[in-house]
Amino acid sequence: MNEEKAFLEVNNLSVEYVTKEETVYAVNDVSFRLEKGKVLGLVGETGAGKTTIARTILRVLQEPPAKLRSGSVIMEGKNLLELSEDEMCLVRGKQITMIFQDPMTSLNPVMSIGKQIAEVIGLHSKIPSNEVRSRAEEMLEIVGIPAERYDEYPHQFSGGMKQRVVIAIALACQPELLLADEPTTALDVTIQAQVLELMQKLNKENNTTTILITHDLGVVAEMCDEVAIVYAGEIVESGTLEDIFEKPSHPYTIGLFGAMPKLNEDVEWLSPIEGLPPDPTSLLEGCSFYPRCPRAGETCKENKINLVKVSPSHMCRCCLPVGEEEQ
Amino acid sequence: MTNVKKKSQLVEVVKRISYNKGAVFGGILFLAVVLLAIFAPLIAPYDYMKVNIPNRCLAPCREFLLGTDYMGRDMFSRVLYGARYSLLIGVGSVLFSAVFGVIIGAAAGYFGGWLDGLVMRLCDVIQSIPGMILNIALACVLGPGVFNTILALGFQGIAGTARLMRSSILNVRKMEYLDAARTSNCSSFRIIVRHVFPNTFAPILVQSTMGVGARIMAAAGMSYIGIGVQPPTPEWGAMLADSRDFIMKYPHMCLIPGVCIMIVVLALNLFGDGLRDALDPKLKK
Amino acid sequence: MAKYIGKRILLMIPVIIGVVILVFTLMQLTPGDPAEVILGSRATDAQINALRAEMGLNDPYIVQLGRYMGDVFLRFDFGTSYISNVSISTELAQRFPKTLIFAVSGMVLSLLIGIPLGVNAAIHQNSLVDYGSMTLALIGTSLPGFWFSLVLILVFSGKLGWLPAYGIGGIKYWILPIVSTAFAGITTMARQMRSGMLEVIHSDYITMAKAKGVKKQSVIYRHALPNALIPVVTVASMSFGTALGGTLIAETIFAIPGVGVYIVNAVSNRDYPVVQGGVILLAVAFSFIMLLCDLLIAAIDPRVKAQITGGKKRSKKK
Repeated sequence: MNEEKAFLEVNNLSVEYVTKEETVYAVNDVSFRLEKGKVLGLVGETGAGKTTIARTILRVLQEPPAKLRSGSVIMEGKNLLELSEDEMCLVRGKQITMIFQDPMTSLNPVMSIGKQIAEVIGLHSKIPSNEVRSRAEEMLEIVGIPAERYDEYPHQFSGGMKQRVVIAIALACQPELLLADEPTTALDVTIQAQVLELMQKLNKENNTTTILITHDLGVVAEMCDEVAIVYAGEIVESGTLEDIFEKPSHPYTIGLFGAMPKLNEDVEWLSPIEGLPPDPTSLLEGCSFYPRCPRAGETCKENKINLVKVSPSHMCRCCLPVGEEEQ
Repeated sequence: MTNVKKKSQLVEVVKRISYNKGAVFGGILFLAVVLLAIFAPLIAPYDYMKVNIPNRCLAPCREFLLGTDYMGRDMFSRVLYGARYSLLIGVGSVLFSAVFGVIIGAAAGYFGGWLDGLVMRLCDVIQSIPGMILNIALACVLGPGVFNTILALGFQGIAGTARLMRSSILNVRKMEYLDAARTSNCSSFRIIVRHVFPNTFAPILVQSTMGVGARIMAAAGMSYIGIGVQPPTPEWGAMLADSRDFIMKYPHMCLIPGVCIMIVVLALNLFGDGLRDALDPKLKK
Repeated sequence: MAKYIGKRILLMIPVIIGVVILVFTLMQLTPGDPAEVILGSRATDAQINALRAEMGLNDPYIVQLGRYMGDVFLRFDFGTSYISNVSISTELAQRFPKTLIFAVSGMVLSLLIGIPLGVNAAIHQNSLVDYGSMTLALIGTSLPGFWFSLVLILVFSGKLGWLPAYGIGGIKYWILPIVSTAFAGITTMARQMRSGMLEVIHSDYITMAKAKGVKKQSVIYRHALPNALIPVVTVASMSFGTALGGTLIAETIFAIPGVGVYIVNAVSNRDYPVVQGGVILLAVAFSFIMLLCDLLIAAIDPRVKAQITGGKKRSKKK
């Protein structure tokens, strides 16, 4: 990441989920920067904390049990975490919008899809009320749904089409920052391709800055300019798309690439990463990847690992990063 | 292997209930009532049936802890024995509903066809008659008394449990059709037993626990209007019926049995709520 | 939609027929001889036999059932009372409105008071308001309704003398009966509403609404509440049924001349045709209310509506 003033800056973000029985350390001191118009891929396993990061930026966490421990989210000079709820309501849906993971449950079942799009338009744009509907219909057409279906209800649409409605809602007010939380995970592969294509097109047209959360490296390769790998609530590696795909340095990242089945190789067994995902209720003293790391040493176990600069744009949280020779 | 799993599940459930202070309080309270009922002969200071006209309608005092009724009988002793009847009727009728409901629902779900249709139509008919009203019709046929009250209350509950059981079995059968190759009557039965019972056990248990409280109240109501347990049996509802003419002058005769009913039902509701929350898979995070 | 209403009414008919058959059969199983009840204990055997023949009591079960069903469905004739020789249908027609007022007001109060109470508790989950109203609600569901009536009579009529204890007349006479029987319905509704609301509030589409920048107030009332109300309609119809059942006791306590007390008195008099007619009438009333509630759900829940209209507007593109 370069030294210019970034569009979005997340600094030392830490979020926990506190219940009577236990505390889940979901996000641990996460920092990253994003320039305007770029697409950042947040990659990691389920439960790594990616969704929590996104929801914290938009401030749609369930406040109990979620608890913001520390950190700031600066967008164009303002710390979003310090805005009042009313001010935040003006930001949500207009400057920052979100696409949720499961299209089957993201839409209100008793409201027509057209109305759900119109709602966000009516809230944030200064269009006179009689034009809101036609603007909503426009959005429907843009995402490939016939405008005649404005009055239909979510259950009348397939998963892929529901997700298109969600995209229409997210992009209706031309947001500056789009948070897409695994937008295609719940869809068939063929529909995935269509939805991603649509997102890419709209992104380019509006120069929307995007954070794309996914666990699919294929999607990352397709869509992202920059990548951050998330593990146990921390960013363990970050860089440009080329940095990560051509010179992955963190053992976990390498493990992820290794676990992917490749079309051009003929192997008998898939090679998963050994071990299980970490327990978010008990953080380790040292490196969180220590139990599963094939290269782990004594220093890894005891000390907190800091980010190491592999190249100007490429950071890695490892004291024994995989060097060029070994790749 | 499954025994170990079941045991740790049980421990888990008990732990979760213990977090819920209301449920723990309810459980202990209910246990206390059960113990009082069981040891009534040892605790009761007087013979609960003994008529004692000179001492009638006394308010609570040192000699008679909860006062006496219009026949001079000690209220405290009567209330203690009354607990036996209420508990017997409540638990008995719930067991009756559960046993027959499970059998009928399982048969309907398993055999399907005309049996299923018949059972469902019967359930529809029975459930379209409000509870107390069906009770009164049954009471005409059966007559008053403890056992008949259990039968009447138990009969109504069969429909609810049967539906629960039936839908569980139908769910499992739906899954079975995906495994067409493995279907043979023998394995079907075993699959049903292995999958259905653990899944249905929780809802039926919760339904039953809440049901005991509702039945105790219904039984009291039935006794009050003369179709349940009759005086001089010290069932709490019957005691309320006795107090009818004396409410204004001697309110204790009306208040005490009612408070007793309330305590037991409250305890059951508290515990039932806690049980339902503890068994709810969704709440496991 | 009209097709659905028609279909639903058609489905109700076999249930009502079933109820008539069930109740009739139950009354056939009652001990004792109707002719004896009518003529009294001093009647001679000859008189009893003559009356039995006249009433058709010696005919086979099916014939008697058919005769009764014909009377009920074709002429709304529930027969005559064994005791008073009055037409049961006439009595029922006179008494039914009072019972209906009771049950309907119970249901209406449970909606008007129970829903806001539950919504409020859900919005302020785990606060004092929540604990307070839910404790009250818990006590309410543990309170035997008829005992609560007695207590209210004791307090408001006996000790304070504000309201009459029984009888009918102006509104004054209805306050205690309605309040005491509605209390259980209100509390049940409050608890149901609270848990329904909590479930909805944690749904994805509510987070989505928040993410659109919808203000909290609107999220609750425009997004959460309409969804949470759908299952409540079913609860309301159930509470009507409970209220109907409760009228049996409440009318006895408050001396209100409705169908409930008519049935209760008939039981002790072994006047079984009255019990038969009363039970059938109340069951039919309950079925109607359940029908109305089903129709209401179909009207407000587009998913149910779609199932019914056969999904006419199904998408062509997938």
